[in-house]
Amino acid sequence: MRALDRKLLRDIRRLWAQTLAIALVMASGIATLILATGTQRSLEESRAAYYDRNRFADVFATLVRAPVGVADRIAAVPGVARAEARTVRHALLDVPGMIEPATALLISMQDRQTQGLNVVHLRQGRFPEHGRFDEVVANEAFVNAHRFTLGSTFRANLNGRLRELRIVGIGLSPEFIYSIGPGDLMPDDRRFAVLWMSERALAALFDLTGAFNSLTLTLSRGANEASVIDEVDSLLRPYGGTGARGRKDQTSHAFIDAELTQLQAMARVMPPIFLLVAAFLVNITLARLIELEREQIGLLKAIGYQREQIALHYLKLVLLIGAVGILIGFAAGSLLGQSLTRLYGDFFKFPVLVFRNDPDVYIIAAAVACAAVTAGALRSVLQVLALSPAVAMQPPVPPRYSRLLPAWLTTSGLSQINIMAFRHMLRWPVRAGMTLLGLALAVGLLVTALLSFDSIEKMIDIAFNQTDRQHATLTFTKPAHPRAVQAVAQLPGVLRVEPMRDASVRLVNGPRSRKLGIMGKPEAMDLSRVLDLELTPVRLPKTGLVMGERVAEILDVKRGDLVDVEFLEGKRTTARVPVADIVRSYFGLVVLMDIDALNELLDEGPRVSSIHLTYDTASAKALFDAIKRTPAIGAVGLQRRALQKFQETIAQNINYMVTVYVTLAVIIAFGVVYNSARIQLSERARELASLRVLGFTRGEASRVLLTELAILTLLALPLGWLIGYGFGLLLIQSFSSDLYRAPFVIGRATYAKAALAVVAASMVSAMIVRRRIDRLDLVAVLKTRE
Amino acid sequence: MPHSVFEVRDLTKVYRTGQVEIHALRGVSLSLYAGELVVFLGPSGSGKSTLLNILGGLDTPTAGEVCFEDHAISELDDRGLTEYRRDHVGFVFQFYNLVPSLTARENVALVTEIARDPMRPEEALALVGLEDRMDHFPAELSGGEQQRVAIARAIAKRPEVLLCDEPTGALDSRTGVRVLEALFAVNRDLGTTTAIITHNAAIKAMANRVFYFGNGRIVETVVNATRAAPSTIEW
Repeated sequence: MRALDRKLLRDIRRLWAQTLAIALVMASGIATLILATGTQRSLEESRAAYYDRNRFADVFATLVRAPVGVADRIAAVPGVARAEARTVRHALLDVPGMIEPATALLISMQDRQTQGLNVVHLRQGRFPEHGRFDEVVANEAFVNAHRFTLGSTFRANLNGRLRELRIVGIGLSPEFIYSIGPGDLMPDDRRFAVLWMSERALAALFDLTGAFNSLTLTLSRGANEASVIDEVDSLLRPYGGTGARGRKDQTSHAFIDAELTQLQAMARVMPPIFLLVAAFLVNITLARLIELEREQIGLLKAIGYQREQIALHYLKLVLLIGAVGILIGFAAGSLLGQSLTRLYGDFFKFPVLVFRNDPDVYIIAAAVACAAVTAGALRSVLQVLALSPAVAMQPPVPPRYSRLLPAWLTTSGLSQINIMAFRHMLRWPVRAGMTLLGLALAVGLLVTALLSFDSIEKMIDIAFNQTDRQHATLTFTKPAHPRAVQAVAQLPGVLRVEPMRDASVRLVNGPRSRKLGIMGKPEAMDLSRVLDLELTPVRLPKTGLVMGERVAEILDVKRGDLVDVEFLEGKRTTARVPVADIVRSYFGLVVLMDIDALNELLDEGPRVSSIHLTYDTASAKALFDAIKRTPAIGAVGLQRRALQKFQETIAQNINYMVTVYVTLAVIIAFGVVYNSARIQLSERARELASLRVLGFTRGEASRVLLTELAILTLLALPLGWLIGYGFGLLLIQSFSSDLYRAPFVIGRATYAKAALAVVAASMVSAMIVRRRIDRLDLVAVLKTRE
Repeated sequence: MPHSVFEVRDLTKVYRTGQVEIHALRGVSLSLYAGELVVFLGPSGSGKSTLLNILGGLDTPTAGEVCFEDHAISELDDRGLTEYRRDHVGFVFQFYNLVPSLTARENVALVTEIARDPMRPEEALALVGLEDRMDHFPAELSGGEQQRVAIARAIAKRPEVLLCDEPTGALDSRTGVRVLEALFAVNRDLGTTTAIITHNAAIKAMANRVFYFGNGRIVETVVNATRAAPSTIEW
């Protein structure tokens, strides 16, 4: 090994703590890049492969009932590659060992196992036999949640008849990678099942023989989705079509999309922050090292080493530091990626979901990291190139300090030690500024991570305590007569009931239109309310629409404007209705109307689609038994259960992310403070030793150095809070969608916790440096020339 | 006869580095009297710096006793030594060791802020002839001026003893003399007991007594009948 390389290794060994601190910051950037990109690719590519293999449809349409011949006409529409008609129904299940009813989505399955689209991936067992009323394939999540096996049975209320169903197969479908029950906020695998049944049997059970009520299709290459949807809509309109939707409006697909967007944001935002900080740390560390080794550099040049050889030597040093960071980052990124992918595996049901360890991600990460350290080293290396041997052998010119500040400082009774700290900061403003920024980023990262808790808590409060205060919501298979409200009120244990009517519509304002649902609610809505951003209940006028801000934007309407309402169900009436009010609300695309006014427009007489109710928990069993026997009820939503599920899921997800982010923030804070302090210690050892000789105690002498760090840390806190606020706002906006607006709340405790964590990290690194100050050899330091 | 400020008895100092033992002091005894100026002369490694460091509370002896005004400083722990340095000792080193981020006045104030009965920084700087350069940073001062700031800083607390390790070692003859004049003036006007280590034999002329060091021992002590003024010294 060459002498210079031996020096390199010894330098690294001597600087191991600083090397490690820099390498860890760098590793954080690399790990987040690998984690986010790898997970994103895993999801994206697993989904694409799954869609492809199992022929996931591009367009989904629901309707009331159409003869099978209509499906053939749709298959002939230009741009449609393949269309498949089927029967889809909701039904309530009575599952052994579970008091509350479960909701099932029943889907017909082509006979003779010749499935066309949305092919079920069979994990175990077989497909139902042709025409068997009692055989189903159940989705794996539901089976696992109840520890069912092949042959397990449960009862289902199928169009008013209670039937025993037997699981003959366990399957997965690309349509339900993310499976969520009607009206639920989070997947609840115990309470929501997807069941596939023989086409003939299911059609017969629901009087749809020779007909269908759901249609999916794939597009041929290059087809225009919007025009196909228009064509399909016009063909299905006479049959009660409620409007076809593309993949982006398909629940499962949209949820994965949202997750992918977040991973992408993480891959874009996080790594640059860490690499920037790492580059800065390399910059200050190498600058100091080169200053200390001036004479050696001069000597090397004097004895005939080329400038480039010496510059390369220092470049190798930082690349070695980079290499340590890259290796740690690779390991951490791969491990975290695997665990995050496993976490995703709990939510997203793929046949296989493995973390993608693509070499190109690693190569890119390593290249970016090397570029960052090289950029950080650039200034110092150029200095080495420029240094002439004669100058290098001389001691460096002592630093000049500015007396700009002292005018007011010196008169303000500050001690000389504090003046030293201030002057030093002003002497190296870029270094002080970058240290400040690094610490502020750590604080900001913590605020961003922790505010998720605040927002979620607020969201839970809004969703469960203020908006939807009912205990349960019963949804009828089709709109029912208001007598049903009385009937439900008579069920055991029911305390209060509140009807709701909803209808699929297309709202049109000139060239702008949007398909959505109108909710008809009684004027005195009290259980399930609509609240504005100030959480005041929205008052419904006798006529006219109350519209969410987002809808008003989409349609470009303001209060008093008239919009065309085209109902997509029932008699498909149309009307011109004034916009009575526009509200800002946490829950996205809301359009509200007085229930009576809505029924009048629909022209079907008084009808209710669902009923919100509260009940006495003591009578829960009797109530649920009664509900399970009521054929008209297609789905049951349970708020308490939903809240519990919501909290469990969120707790798991958020805890994971918060742990990761807090670790990263602490690494930044520690790395920045430790490196700054070590470099200052090296620069100011003589000063500190002088102070000790003058009779300053260890604590007093340390204060010179620690005061500066303390000032920077304290200044970093408000800046970090501000950064956290900004990041948080971006984060919340990225979570917000048409569906809901996440509340943006940062509690005081969050600011305090973020500050405490960073202060603690600073203090630990300060204490490590303090121990070094205590071990300073006073005499040796003072007798050497600088 | 003035009372003795330091009583040193059988002082031994052994440094151990790995397998090697270095006997820096081998049983040194001496007394330093109030108000006198002494010079320690001798080649490198003869033990004079080790003695000065122990007298100043920067180092502790392996054996023997050092008493300062009836207090055994050889028995003190780190905290005690720090207090001793703070209250009683002024140091001047070859390389000045000023704080670069503080002006001359502020460098002196660094000490006066923690001393029990200090003079004003301006007063101390006037004593070394730097009343016109008080608001300059070390980087703006010549080597001789920097060393005089260091002397002002050392004496501003009115220490009983002033210990100087090669105070003119980094200076040319002309500036060196100005530094010696400052030390001489302090010793004369404030009566501060002063010990100066030097390689430079010319300096011995301004001392009351001269101790010659060799191989960890005092090999000779010379009492000067008359002291030369620093301005007459040349090298």
